[in-house]
Amino acid sequence: MREVAVLGVGMTKFGKSDKTSIELFSEAAMDAINESNLEPKDVQALFVGNCYSDCVESQANIAAFCAADIGISGVPATRFEGACASASVAIRDAFMWVASGFYDVVLVGGTEKSASIDQAFATRVFQFGSDGRYECFTGLTFPGIFAMMAYMYANKYQIPLERLKKEMGLVAIKNHNAGKLNPKAHLQFSIADRIQKKIVEAKEKEKPVPTWNNELDFLYDTTANPLVADPLQVFDCCPFTDGASAVVLVSADLAKKHYKNPVRISGLGQSSAGALSFQKDITRVKARELSAKQAYNMARLGPEDVDICELHDCFTIAEIVATEGLGFFPPGKGGEALEKGNTSVGGNIVVNPSGGLKAKGHPIGATGAAQVYEIVKQMREECNERQIDNVKVGITDTLGGDLGTICNIILERGW
Amino acid sequence: MVEIDYKLTYKGYSEALKEGKLLGIKCNKCGVYTAPPKKVCVQCASEDLDVVELSGIGTIRTFTVIRVAPEGFEAPYIVGEAELDEGPWLMGNIVDVDIKQANLDLIGKRVKVGSKTAPGDKYSCGEVQVPVFTLV
Repeated sequence: MREVAVLGVGMTKFGKSDKTSIELFSEAAMDAINESNLEPKDVQALFVGNCYSDCVESQANIAAFCAADIGISGVPATRFEGACASASVAIRDAFMWVASGFYDVVLVGGTEKSASIDQAFATRVFQFGSDGRYECFTGLTFPGIFAMMAYMYANKYQIPLERLKKEMGLVAIKNHNAGKLNPKAHLQFSIADRIQKKIVEAKEKEKPVPTWNNELDFLYDTTANPLVADPLQVFDCCPFTDGASAVVLVSADLAKKHYKNPVRISGLGQSSAGALSFQKDITRVKARELSAKQAYNMARLGPEDVDICELHDCFTIAEIVATEGLGFFPPGKGGEALEKGNTSVGGNIVVNPSGGLKAKGHPIGATGAAQVYEIVKQMREECNERQIDNVKVGITDTLGGDLGTICNIILERGW
Repeated sequence: MVEIDYKLTYKGYSEALKEGKLLGIKCNKCGVYTAPPKKVCVQCASEDLDVVELSGIGTIRTFTVIRVAPEGFEAPYIVGEAELDEGPWLMGNIVDVDIKQANLDLIGKRVKVGSKTAPGDKYSCGEVQVPVFTLV
C-alpha cells in the first residue's frame, strides 16, 4: 500500500444557509480543488457523505448530482451513509482506493442540510440512527441516547449529578470559546456573550435583569437553558446545521512532487455496533475503542503522541466519554481532566480547537471532513486566532447514530 | 413461497408482545438468551436456537425524560433500558413514574415488561409494538 496525502481542503461556513446541499458541496469541493492547484477534470472518483437529503430535499443518490454540478459527470460517484460518521467512512474508503494504486486523485467529503427544516420533523428524522424496529418507537431521540449515557455514567462512576453537569458545562464553555475564534463556525459566541445578550434584552424589554454569577450558573438555569432530554439541556447539544466540507486525497508521491505541505493520513479505524440495548454499558463505547486501536496500530502511534483531536461532541457528555475511549484519560476520569484544563490549550491534548460540533456545528454528512479540514489547517498554521502551536499529529473521531458506526483518522505533518 | 428460517422475526416477536408474551431466543450451544431476536445467538453466533418465553422482569439500568419530542410523539415521557433477569437489555417507556420523580434513584429499580401499540407513521411498516416498564 502506498502512502496517501491530503492536498487542498475546503469548507463552507456552517450555519443556516439558503443554498442546497449540492450547492454547498460544490463550494467546498471547488475550494479544495483550487487549493490543490488542480482542476475538476483531474478528479478520478467522488465520495460524498450525506445522511438525510432524501427526506429533507427529495434527493437520494446525491453523489451523482454533486459530480455533475462541478463538471465531472461520468466519474464514479458514490454516496456514503454512516449517520454522523458518513464523511469519515467516505474518507477511509477513498483512502483505500488511492493507497491501493487504483486512483491517484480523488475528492471526498460530505454535505447536509438540517437547519432549515421544522424542528419536530428534524427530531423525527434524526431518530433514524437508532434501531427502527425495536427502539425508535419508544420515542428515543438523538439527545435522548446521550442523556441515557450521562445518567449511566453518573451512576457507574458514582459522580454526583451536579458535578457531572459542571463538567458537561465546561465542555460547552470551552468549545464555544473556540468557536468564537473560528470564522467558519455556526455559533460564533461564547457562553459569556450569550449571558450579556440576555441581560441587554431584559433591560430593553424592561424585565427583571438575570443575575447569573458566571457561565456555569447560566448553564444550570433550566429556564434560560431548557431541558431537552434529562439531564441534557439546550447548551449540552450541538445545533442543527447546514454545511459541506471536502478534501482532495492523492498519492503521497504525487503530493511531494508538485505541491507544498502535504499532510499524510497515517492511520485509520472503523467499527460498528448494533442497537443501544445490545451494547449494554454505553459509558464505554466499544466501537470507538476498537476503531481507535486500529488507527493507532496502523499509524504506529499511541494517544500520548497526539497533539490535537477533533472529536465527536454532538453532546457535551459525548466529549467526556470520547476522550476516555480514545485513550487520553482512564474511564471515569474524562470530566476531571477537563476540570484541570487538560483538554484546553496548554493541556495534554487540545480537544476541538475548531469549536467542535457544539459550536462549529454538525451538518452530519459533512462533519468527518470538517474535522480533517481543521487538523490540516492547524498543521499548515492557517488558523489565525485559534492556531495551536506545532501540531504534528492529529486524530479525528466521528460517531454515527446510537454509537453504531465509529471512524477515526490519524493525520501527520508530512515533513 | 420460500421460507427463510429466521427463528423469531420482528413480526413474531411483536405479535407475541401484543398478546402479553415477551419472547426471546435461547441458544442451545452456549445457553445465552438473545432479545430482541437476531438471526443468530448474540454471544456465539450459533443458529441452533429455541424460541422461549422470558419472565418479563428486569432492573432499570438507565433512562431519560424526553422533553423535545419527534413528530408524532408528545413530550414529556420517559425512555429507559432494563436488564432482563435472563441477561438481555430491552428499551421501553417507563410509564408509571411521575416525571417529577424521574431521577437517578430510578436506576436499580425492578420492573415488569408490558407493551403498548404505537400507530407508526410513513417511516414504519405499519404499527409498532413498544415495550413498557412498570415498577414492581
